[in-house]
Amino acid sequence: MSLITPDFGLLFWMVIIFGAVFFLLAKFGFPVITKAVRERSEHIAESLRAAEEARLSLERLTAEQDRILERTRQEQARLIKETTDERNSIIAKASEEASAEAAKVMQKAREEIAAEQELARRELRSEVSALSVAIAEKIVRKELEDTGEQKALLDKFVDEAVHSQMN
Amino acid sequence: MRASRFIILGLLFLLLPVRSFAAAQDDGKESPSIDMQEYLFGHVADSYEWHITNINGKEIAISLPCILIDDGLKVFSFHDHEANGYTLNEEGKLINSQTGKRPLDISVTKNVCGLFIDSILLVLLILLCARWYRKHDVLKEAPTGLAALLEPVIVTIENDVIKDAVGPEYQKFSPYLLTAFFFILINNLMGILPCFPGGANITGNIAVTMAMALFTFLAVNLFGTRHYWKEILWPDVPIFLKAVPIMPVIEIVGMFTKPFSLMIRLFANMLAGHIMLLSTIAVIFLTVKLGPALNGTLSVISVLFGIFLDVLELLVAFIQAYVFTMLSSVFIGLAHPNPETH
Repeated sequence: MSLITPDFGLLFWMVIIFGAVFFLLAKFGFPVITKAVRERSEHIAESLRAAEEARLSLERLTAEQDRILERTRQEQARLIKETTDERNSIIAKASEEASAEAAKVMQKAREEIAAEQELARRELRSEVSALSVAIAEKIVRKELEDTGEQKALLDKFVDEAVHSQMN
Repeated sequence: MRASRFIILGLLFLLLPVRSFAAAQDDGKESPSIDMQEYLFGHVADSYEWHITNINGKEIAISLPCILIDDGLKVFSFHDHEANGYTLNEEGKLINSQTGKRPLDISVTKNVCGLFIDSILLVLLILLCARWYRKHDVLKEAPTGLAALLEPVIVTIENDVIKDAVGPEYQKFSPYLLTAFFFILINNLMGILPCFPGGANITGNIAVTMAMALFTFLAVNLFGTRHYWKEILWPDVPIFLKAVPIMPVIEIVGMFTKPFSLMIRLFANMLAGHIMLLSTIAVIFLTVKLGPALNGTLSVISVLFGIFLDVLELLVAFIQAYVFTMLSSVFIGLAHPNPETH
């Protein structure tokens, strides 16, 4: 059989066989497979997209969380600082007030003591005057015999008394 | 399990109408030489029987049915062709013994038989693969078995060849192109097998490649767009090239040269592969005359080179199927021009 002249019988069978194979495979074979594969690759692409989205939203959430945490930390620091200041100022004010009060009390006490002292001094002085007068009377009564001397003494007493009176 | 399969296969083999013929050649003991032309052409050409081997000078061959339309339909086994009044002419084709005329011959020859076997195998493979996809949820399971074997090939051909070459409408053509690819591939691969179910030089036969090219021609031209026909019949060239229809004639010739090149390429490549392999093996028989030392050495070389060629043919089997599919895709893509780019 010649190699380069196509044989009719074989051509005939080939067309029939290839036609049948093509019909069977194009109807029941390849579309099923390619459709399934396409479905799967779409599914994979979809899943990858979803995973990417999930990753992005997770990233966003993490960032958000970090931000909130950071803000909370700042808030906390601020609050602690404020409270400390408040406390310090309260303590300072309280101690100021207390010292002012103490000073007032001291002042008052001092004034009272001074008044008491004055009173006591006055009483003592009147007592001393009375005593002096009594002593003087006694001395005078005894010493009045000597006139010259008495006179000098009297002067001296009077001077002293005047002097002490002036003080 | 595996052994039982072999036994069943062997029994099936025995059921085939194997006929043994006494060798008609006279026993040339001192110079056993072979007729190279007969040897080569006997292996690569089509025939009415499927020759398997010679055992002790006895020819083991499967006699195939002859179907002739010669004054009515006549069906007989090739073994009985002489009894039915037909002889072989010098081309090896059946002719009527009385009139000497060749009847309309649609016999199931070796290649037709091979086509049937390979096609059944291919349909089974692809449909079993498709069945896996019907029965399983692809979104939940990875392909196993046959599906795992075929899916990468199908996906590669569809995505890398068909989609790129055909363009946006590729889904309409991909069943045809995939069928063509696998059809050529399985016939190429079966052609490399040296024994019965394979070994027929199917894709190295011009009638087969002609039919394949014809289908591509139809796929290109039946679905060509208006734009495609305009480019053939009234292309964008200066008017004097169209008034005397030089360009349209060239374009119309081009319509036919494209599938013609497909036909010749596949045919020539596969035929050449078969002939190279057969010639390499023939070295063993041709050098018998030269004495045992030279014959032995050359046999070793011949076997080694034969192994190399066999492996090369495996590659060629794939490449030719790939090239046919790719060029068909390109031709189909050219018949769907994108109006914006033209």
